[in-house]
Amino acid sequence: MTALLTALGAAAAIIAATSGGTATAAVPTTLIDAQIVEVYVFLLAAFTGFQIITKVPPLLHTPLMAATNAISAISLVASIVIAGAERPLYINIMGMVAVAAATINVVGGFVITDRMLKMFKKTEAPK
Amino acid sequence: MIDQQIGALFVQIAYIGASAAFILGLRGLTKPDTARRGMQLAAFGMLLAIIGTLLNHEIVSYEFIIIGLVVGSAIGLPMGLLVPMTAMPQRIAISHMFGALAVTLVGIAEFLHSREYAGGPGVIKMTAIGFETLFGALTITGSFMAFGKLQGFISGQPITFPGQKLINAAVFFGAVGLYIALVATQSGGSGGDSGLIMFAVMTVLALVIGVTLVLPIGGADMPVVVSLLNSYAGLAASATGFAIGNNILIVAGALDGASGFILSILMSKAMNRSFANVLFGAFGGEKTAVAAKSAEGLTTRSVTPEDAAMRIGYARNVIIVPGYGMAVAQAQHAVRELAELIEKRGGRVRFAIHPVAGRMPGHMNVLLAEANVPYDHLFDLDEINEEFHTCDVALVLGANDVTNPAAKNDPGSPIYGMPILNVQDAEQVIVVKRGMATGFAGIENELFYLDKTSMLFGDAKSVLSQVVTEVKGL
Repeated sequence: MTALLTALGAAAAIIAATSGGTATAAVPTTLIDAQIVEVYVFLLAAFTGFQIITKVPPLLHTPLMAATNAISAISLVASIVIAGAERPLYINIMGMVAVAAATINVVGGFVITDRMLKMFKKTEAPK
Repeated sequence: MIDQQIGALFVQIAYIGASAAFILGLRGLTKPDTARRGMQLAAFGMLLAIIGTLLNHEIVSYEFIIIGLVVGSAIGLPMGLLVPMTAMPQRIAISHMFGALAVTLVGIAEFLHSREYAGGPGVIKMTAIGFETLFGALTITGSFMAFGKLQGFISGQPITFPGQKLINAAVFFGAVGLYIALVATQSGGSGGDSGLIMFAVMTVLALVIGVTLVLPIGGADMPVVVSLLNSYAGLAASATGFAIGNNILIVAGALDGASGFILSILMSKAMNRSFANVLFGAFGGEKTAVAAKSAEGLTTRSVTPEDAAMRIGYARNVIIVPGYGMAVAQAQHAVRELAELIEKRGGRVRFAIHPVAGRMPGHMNVLLAEANVPYDHLFDLDEINEEFHTCDVALVLGANDVTNPAAKNDPGSPIYGMPILNVQDAEQVIVVKRGMATGFAGIENELFYLDKTSMLFGDAKSVLSQVVTEVKGL
């Protein structure tokens, strides 16, 4: 709980600091607003992640690594846009390689996490 | 126009759903019996995000996307299905490389695109793209080096040379300096070719940092390095989200970054070392003078598998302490067989697992789970440390420094202060070990010279198989 409060405090502080800067910076306010929301999203996600992940038992730390690795292959989403948008060919090709690399992690990561988690069993009740 | 708005709305809904699925999925991992379903939910979230993205109105052609997806699946699926559990540390390390490669390519593509068509990336976007490319590129080579060390084609020993720290510092500050310069000069899009050159040099320097960062780090420190690279890969993905204004990348990257960060801290703590010390210390390389305070005048007692079988076979309460030696010998199945045998004879068996046993966080747990050891037999350091004095026999399997009482008793020891398993409290200790070589810290283990300790020399797997046969014959 205290961590959550700290999180909100930190978010508020950063927003205050950054919006204080808008007056002098020659950047359109809307852009700053969009960036602020992103900072918000990042902080809240990081603190949520922190709260949840500290509760993951050491028993499952390897599956945790495999899982977060698969999840962070969400960069696939960005790669897809670059591979398919109207861009010069070389950029599309870079996107294609990125799609392939990220897909390896999405497919392989979730499959391997599941394989590992399947192995963790409790003692069977005596027959 | 309206269609496009509805499409965009659908994409956002898919992303929000995916974010929720990721967070709930990770929450599932807090308990072994909800973990599997949690991860299935996360995988569903990923599918949702991918489908949502494919409907993005910016996409005009699908050929490259499909080729990428097919090639990636063709490599990823067999990797996921076939990699043996013993190779898990390597597989995790190499997957950080793939993730970082995708992120870095996106960063480079975004940089080039915004230069050519949008009149430069602007301050905020350049900050994000630069961070993304910097961390992505160093994670690519760093993960590859870690993979090489774990796979064994690069020496697991720390590799050091004179002036190393100076060169590392120069490369590091060079890359960071270029990053700052890029952010400062690219704001108006008037960077010209100098911007392109600076960006290219920064990327190359980041690739070099990855190599120099991991080169001096020894095999036993790999849990920290792999966790740290995990964190970097996440942060780079998050930066991608900032660069292209996509919240789901920010969320997923932040989750990954937090996870890697927590694990690195836990691993460093378990070795009683600071982050900086792991990264810059090249521990285990210098055979310190402390090692001289050694075995002189001390003797060990060596026993045969028959002797060991007698003690283990009649024990009521056994605690097994696995270490990297068990993984190397692939002895986990023999261990499980022995544990079952003891239980059948009415004894109790528990496993005591040190956080840094093995080459990655949770390494021992996965190997033992693979060998069908039920997870309620596996205990952390905190859970079991008070139990050692109640056990008849502590069986140490290829673990060394994590059992060294010097960490408690000898303020002069390099590992003083490191949390250890209180193996010396057991009534008897049997240590299975290949030879008297020291562990990663390069120091003698007092445990081996105690009166209550018997050394059982040999390959863990074959020695244990012999013990199993003997116990069966009792």
